[in-house]
Amino acid sequence: MDLLTKFIDTYPVFLKGMLLTFQLTAVAVFIAIFIGLFFAFLKISRIKVLEWIADIYIFLVRGTPLVVQIFIFYFGLTALDISQFWSVVLGLAFHNGAYIAEIFRGSIQSIDKGQMEAGRSLGMTAGLAMRRIILPQAFRRAMPPLGNQFIIALKDSSLASFIGMYELFNVATTYGSNEYDYMSYLLIVAVYYLVLVLIFSVLVNMVEKRMASSD
Amino acid sequence: MSESYMIKVEKLNKSFGDLHVLKDIDITVKESDVVCLIGASGSGKSTLLRCLNFLELKDSGNIIFEGEKVEKETHDLNKVREKVGMVFQHFHLFPHMTVLENVMEAPLHVKKLSKDQVKKEAQELLRKVGLSDKENVYPSKLSGGQKQRVAIARALAMKPDIMLFDEPTSALDPELVGEVLSTMKELAEEGMTMVVVTHEMGFAKEVADWAVYMHDGRIVEVGHPEDLFNNPKEERTKNFLDSVL
Ligand SMILES: Nc1ncnc2c1ncn2[C@@H]1O[C@H](COP(=O)(O)OP(=O)(O)O)[C@@H](O)[C@H]1O
Ligand SMILES: [Mg+2]
Repeated sequence: MDLLTKFIDTYPVFLKGMLLTFQLTAVAVFIAIFIGLFFAFLKISRIKVLEWIADIYIFLVRGTPLVVQIFIFYFGLTALDISQFWSVVLGLAFHNGAYIAEIFRGSIQSIDKGQMEAGRSLGMTAGLAMRRIILPQAFRRAMPPLGNQFIIALKDSSLASFIGMYELFNVATTYGSNEYDYMSYLLIVAVYYLVLVLIFSVLVNMVEKRMASSD
Repeated sequence: MSESYMIKVEKLNKSFGDLHVLKDIDITVKESDVVCLIGASGSGKSTLLRCLNFLELKDSGNIIFEGEKVEKETHDLNKVREKVGMVFQHFHLFPHMTVLENVMEAPLHVKKLSKDQVKKEAQELLRKVGLSDKENVYPSKLSGGQKQRVAIARALAMKPDIMLFDEPTSALDPELVGEVLSTMKELAEEGMTMVVVTHEMGFAKEVADWAVYMHDGRIVEVGHPEDLFNNPKEERTKNFLDSVL
């Protein structure tokens, strides 16, 4: 009962934190999709230098903790007068872009070679066939792992609390320390994350169902 | 140029790494010719077709298409490919598009013709291959024979001057082969120039003007289908025919 009271008393603040968590994640993943697509193209370009550039990027992201990346972006970008929000968003985008690049590379390469050939045989340039034939199919195939990556990003955004963003996790720890009761607020914030993830999973499922209608 | 030569191949050679797949291929296809290409698996039939529409680039030799020697340095191969239709063994329809969209795709986005015109012509082509009732269906809902007829309509939508068929009926259930062959036969009767890799001897005898037997990257024998199938001159042709008939 105590927990429920706390939940009801704090929900306006938590909802604000949830909104910020969602904004951070959504904007970051949106940008990461373009970064990912770009590096996926480098990876499949069959041009050694470009492949190396992509490999180095992916190595850097995978080889360092996200929290370090967020701090580097935060100190680096705020020094350039970029806001806290955008430095976190760009840090998260930089991070997720590497994973999304691998998702896209895999899904593009999973499309049957015959599709590109059929397109080329109709007079399409490689670029046009990529855009009209390969990518729409690859995107569809990338949806489940992309949805998964979005959920990971949603939870990872909690690290933004370390640089003072007042997102969900920060709300919870602030209440926790003010009221000397971490456990209650951690349980409460877990519920908010679960609800966010649940809503998002349902959305992804709906999109997948609609896309699958042609199969 | 001899005005009636659609495509002329001279001393064509192609290797994949150490594997010499096409060896000094000479072949001339005249306008409205229907040529059947036969030969064992791995003899280079597909590679030859793919060289003819420049999906594979030759190592040496000449490919003269409609009187012009086509080289990747001097020609926009995409433009050449617009005039060379290709039908594949495994159809390769675009699964994310309806049947009608499959047929409309290239005229719309390669030739950039108006949507109304493209749609009308695509519908006409689908009527011709007997699939008007499937316009709004996705390929996954079609039988193999229907898929291949859509693939033929899709290639025809670009109004090619020549059509290449790579084993168009090999992936089909036996009862579906006939509908595809009869579509191809109609096409031949309309005067389409066709090069067909096939082991359908009945079709070859009935429709083809001549047949070509390939073995190990070389053209071994060329002749009228009846002659080539019934009285092959070369021992290798005879052995091959014995093995497939
Ligand atoms: N892209 C390729 N890379 C390497 N080898 C190939 C490639 N395409 C075909 N080959 C080889 O070339 C030979 C001829 O193949 P193909 O033209 O497909 O023969 P067919 O169509 O007569 O069965 C085969 O040994 C095949 O393995
Ligand atoms: Mg073949």
